[in-house]
Formats: sequence, structure tokens, C-alpha cells
Amino acid sequence: MAQFRVCPDSGFYFDKSAESLMKANAVAGAVCLLIAGILALGVMLTRWQYVHLLPADMFYQVLTGHGINALIFWVIFFEMAILYFASSTLLRTRLAAPRWAWAGFALMIIGMVMNNIAVLQGNSSVMMTSYAPMQADPFFYLGLILFAVGALIGCFVFLGTLVIARADRTYEGSIPLVTFGALTACIIAIFTIASGAIILVPTWLWSIGYIGHIDAAMYRVIWWAMGHSSQQINVAAHVSVWYLIIGVLFNARPMSEKVSRSAFLLYILFLQLASAHHILVDPGISSEWKVFNTSYAMYLAVLASMIHGLTIPGAMEVSQRAKGLTKGMFEWLRKAPWGNPVFSGFFFSLIIFGFIGGITGVVMGTEQINIIIHNTIYVPAHFHATVAVGTTLTFMALTYLLIPVLFRRALFLPWMAKWQPYVFSAGMTMMILFMLGAGTLGVSRRHWDMDFTGAMLSFEYPGTAYTMMGIAAIGGILGVLGGAMYLIVTVGSLLFGKKLDQSAGLFQSFGVPLASSAYNVNQPERLPMAPKLAVEEHGSAGFEAPGTFVLAMALLVCFVVYYFINWDYLASVWPLS
Amino acid sequence: MSSFLPPSERIWWNTPVGKQEIIWVGIALVWCLIMFLMMPYWHIYGKQNLSNEAYQTTPAHFQVKVDEMVAKHRVGDESGIPIVKPPAGSDVYMLGRLWQWYPILELEKGQSYRLHLSSMDWNHGFSLQPVNINLQIVPGYEMVLTVTPDTAGEFTVVCNEYCGIGHHLMLGKIYVKEN
Repeated sequence: MAQFRVCPDSGFYFDKSAESLMKANAVAGAVCLLIAGILALGVMLTRWQYVHLLPADMFYQVLTGHGINALIFWVIFFEMAILYFASSTLLRTRLAAPRWAWAGFALMIIGMVMNNIAVLQGNSSVMMTSYAPMQADPFFYLGLILFAVGALIGCFVFLGTLVIARADRTYEGSIPLVTFGALTACIIAIFTIASGAIILVPTWLWSIGYIGHIDAAMYRVIWWAMGHSSQQINVAAHVSVWYLIIGVLFNARPMSEKVSRSAFLLYILFLQLASAHHILVDPGISSEWKVFNTSYAMYLAVLASMIHGLTIPGAMEVSQRAKGLTKGMFEWLRKAPWGNPVFSGFFFSLIIFGFIGGITGVVMGTEQINIIIHNTIYVPAHFHATVAVGTTLTFMALTYLLIPVLFRRALFLPWMAKWQPYVFSAGMTMMILFMLGAGTLGVSRRHWDMDFTGAMLSFEYPGTAYTMMGIAAIGGILGVLGGAMYLIVTVGSLLFGKKLDQSAGLFQSFGVPLASSAYNVNQPERLPMAPKLAVEEHGSAGFEAPGTFVLAMALLVCFVVYYFINWDYLASVWPLS
Repeated sequence: MSSFLPPSERIWWNTPVGKQEIIWVGIALVWCLIMFLMMPYWHIYGKQNLSNEAYQTTPAHFQVKVDEMVAKHRVGDESGIPIVKPPAGSDVYMLGRLWQWYPILELEKGQSYRLHLSSMDWNHGFSLQPVNINLQIVPGYEMVLTVTPDTAGEFTVVCNEYCGIGHHLMLGKIYVKEN
């Protein structure tokens, strides 16, 4: 029975059920992004003290919903689509247990809706972290638990699909690098969900009265074993997508499979216990434990990201140079397709993730430096650089690729798609930089009123802090505009985009994909191994990607300078021991 | 396209690695080691380190210690909150509760104090401004650290861990006087 179709443009094979699951998950993710984006406006227009839009209760409610929809629901729905793509499509195999995959998807939807309703009802404004003993509605926790169980089923469907592909010998040799990266994301996800169950199930039982007490310090340690490593799923997933995008756009391949794969392995081996980063100024945890568990004595997970930071643009540079773009250091980059949102989205996310997200993350994760940063608005600035630009913009760029390939539609308003990564990156970068600045001045995160109206005592932040928060909000609004452009293009393409071949239409296509005549492949050809690179045959004589090396050194210089500036700043505060 | 094709060798581990990558991995690893070593270095030579001292406690137990200190060393009031001036070098206590830091402390510049912090209810954030020292205050745990204020003036403790609707009302004060 024929169940595959081949995309005439990309050559990707789509299994019928995998294809529908990818579409459903991507669309569900986009809906959550829409919710998160609307709520983001409320957050920014309130933190911009001059506007100060929402009342306190609504502000905390909106902030809770924004965090959960953006950081959990949007990214994980989209990652499910990526897992199915990286297994079924890339390995040219049928999907394992599609009914289980649909059951998982249904659980995720139920969990997402349940949690959002709990927040909407107003008695669960506990922030994404829901630190016990502050208590939310039982449905708040239950929604998260159901969502996580659904995602766990998706992970096992992914693993099952890898097993089927291997048994059916649908590919030669080892799995491709992109699939390997997705596998690391899946393994991290399983660990993450296990940690989530360990903390959220007892917390849920506590909220309905079966457990009397949840220790506040223990909650923070275990919650962050989920909270931190869930962001590591994002990193492994979006780095895999970066490799996919340079492969599709530039026919590029990693300079060395060994180096890139080892870097992915380091993510698994050296990030899992990283809740340490979040409890650096907590009582009851020794300095030795903190120092060791944030670095494992050598920061190998940071090393892994620094490696990908070289190998991904490096692979692109090698490929571009082979096409004759060899002039000077940067012709390969200057003549890249800057008007293609798949490229610009990918490249901006790489740069902002590395230069801003990566550097600030390591700095604030340093035990002593955390004293001057913990819980200031510096922290959300950091994770907006990693998740809102790193992961989210990468997924946006991938969407522009998937609209023609997976949905078989032409882009709606291509000019808007072209500018979208520019508007989104510019707005978010502006917001992030000024939030970093305000955080350095001590402005706290998750705070309704920096004027402290009505407090018995009084305090005034410096005027600069107000200015910075205002500029940050304007940048953030620009970022939301960029997000809206993404959704207009995406939804518009699905509804009004020109159909690229026989299609049964959007709504039908969730359950019953394209017209059955499109599925005319019984068994795709076996996926061949990549051709050998000259480098692999002879080893490398010199620097194949000098431009990338210059960029990498620039990153290192910024990193070193900024790191020691923060030590210097720390040295100026009151002595503590 | 080859980033999503199987590697060209079955045993990809044996493919040679380019010089450029080896150099970068080396440089990055050295930097990562330096970053690790900075933390123990600062524990030995730096002046801003948190102590490892902390105790499990209960709100009632901690409240008793705070009240004892207030009764002994109270020197005044501000907005209904007692101002306490404990002797230099002594144990001083501050508690966080919905939505107040209690009591107000008056310290001497250049003197060291053993500062005990705990919460009566939920998590709170001790954020001393404008010095910008930030600590997590967790209910059931008493954090102890030695502070040496080296600047005189009025300092504010902002709560920077979300603690409900009155979070923005939660301020405290520490006055540091020249001796």
C-alpha cells in the first residue's frame, strides 16, 4: 500500500500519518505562540512604567500565561513536529504507532487547554515556576502533567521510528547528523519529563490535599531539573535545525561528523543536572556542589555550543567557497541569500543566541557573579536571547521551509516573510540589551510596579533604569510585531497560499492528508550515504573556513571581556562571606 | 544536503578532523577551564562569596529569634516598623513575610555582622539596592552570611521573588552609619 509522497522540490519523502502529525503539532504550536505573543504585549505595556497598563493581579496572570505558552507549549509542540520529521521524513520510513502518536497529541492539547483555563480563571497566577508553597489550582498542575505525558509518548514514537528504520534498512550506514541531534533532544526530553513527574505529581497531590507539605528548597532543586533541561531540549533541537537549514540551502555538510556528533553528546552528558544554575544563591546548598554542578570542572556543555558555533557557519562557508565565493574573508557571507527568511532567520538566531544568549548565560551561571544578577530582569533578558530568538526564530525560519515542502503551499505575502526575521531580531535584540542594562541596575523581574506605589517604605530606582525599561518595551513591541508578521504569513499561506500540487485543502488535511493519488510511493529508495569530502579523504591542509574562524574569535573576545567586566562589578559590592 | 544524509563512512568516528576545528576546540576548552578556575580562585582571593552556613528552621522558631533581637536593640521606629541597632560583630536577623522585610537594621560601616535571613511564608528575594546583592530566601531555611557594609547611607531591600499580589509593596531598609 502506497503511503509515501515525495516532495518534488526538496526530494523529501513524507509518510502519510507522520505528515498529518507534523502539521497538527506545528499548527498547535503556532496557536500557543499567538497566545504567548498577545500576552507579551500586556507584560511589556505594564513594565513600561510610563504606560503601566494592567492592574497587578492581571499582570501576574498574564505573565504566568505568557511564560507557560511560550516556553513550554509553543516550543514543545513544534519540537514534536521536528522529531517526526527527523525520524520518519529524513530516514524515509513509516512512523511507528501513529495511533499512539495521535493519543499523545490529544493529551498535549487537553493539558494545554486545561492549564490555560486554570490560569485564565485567575487562581493560578503562580508564574511558570509555581514555587511551592505558593499554590495553584489543581488543574494547573494536572494540565502540565497531561501535556508532559503526551510529549513523552511522542518521544517514544520517535525512538520506535528509529528502530523501524533500522530494521527495514531504509538508510545506509549511520543515521544522519540532523537525526542524531534530534535523538539527543529526545533523550534529554525523556530525562526532563521524568524530573517533571517527580516534582509535579506530588505538587498536584498536595494541591488536592493528599500530601501535607512540599519542601520549598527541594521543590526548587527538582523543578529546575525539569525547567533547565527543558531549555536544553530546545538547544539540541534548534542546533539540529540549523544543520538541516545549511544542508537544504547550501548543500552543506558538517566539516567533521565526529566533532559535531561529539558536541551533541556533550549536551547529554554535561547538562542534565543543571538545575544548579538556578539555586546559586539559595540556602542550604554548599559552594562546592554549586561550583561543580554548574561546570563539571570544565564547562563541556558550553564547549559543545562553542563547537557548533564554529562548525555550522564553517560548513556553510566551506560550501559557499566551493561554489566560487572565495573573495576575502566574508564574500561567502555577504553573498548569502539575505532575502530568504529561511537563511536570515537561521543566521540571526545563531548570532544572537551565541553572542548574547550564550555569553550572558555563562556569566550569570557563575556561582559568585550570580549574586549581582539573580532574579533581576537580566535573567529574562538572557533567556529571551536563547529561547525567544535562538529557538523561536529558528523554528520560524524552519516554518518558511516547511510551508512549501510539508504543506505544499506557496508563501503568502512573501515580502512580509522576507522582512519578518529582520523586524523580529531587531525588536528582540533591542529589548534584550536594554533589559540586560536594567537588570545590571538592579531592576527585578516579575515585578508589577518599580515605583512601589503604596508601600510603607519607599525606594527609587535611578532614572536610567526607567529609560531602559521603556526602550526595552518599545523593542519588545517591535518583536511582537515581528511575531505577528510570522503568524500572518503562516496562517495566510495555509489558508490562501497557492497550492503547489493536488491538495485536499487545509482542514481535511489534518486527518486525511493530500489526495490519495499524491501518495504513490510504496517504499522510498534507500537513503544513500553522503559522498566523501576531499577533507575526509586527505585530511585538511589548512583553514577551510577562515571567515568563520574570525567570527569565532570575535565571539571569544566578547566573551572574555564581558566575563571579567562582571567579576570587576562583583568586586565592587559589599564583602560577603 | 549532506547534513541530512548518513555520513560518508560507516565508522564516522575514524574520519580525520580538520586543523581549524582542532585549534578552536583547544582554545574553547582552555577558556572553559579558566572560567571554572575563576570560581575556586574567587573563593580563596575574592571578597564576595556566600557562606555554606544554613539551617532548617520553622517560621515560629525564627520569629522568636527576631523578636529577641528587636526587644534588646530597638532604637526607634519608622512607619511602624522597629529600627534595630545591634552591636558590631553580632548576629542580626531579618525576616521576609507577606509583604514586608522586618525589622529595619542600622549597621556600622566597616563592621562585620552575621546576617540571618528566612521567610515566614513563601519564597522571597532579598535584593539589596542600590548595591545589587541578590539572595533567595526560602521558607523553612535560615541562611547565614557575614556581611561587611563598606559604604554608608540608606539601602533598600526590594523583594525580587514573586510573592503574590502585594509583591511590589514589600520593601525593607538597612541604614549604614559612619562610625
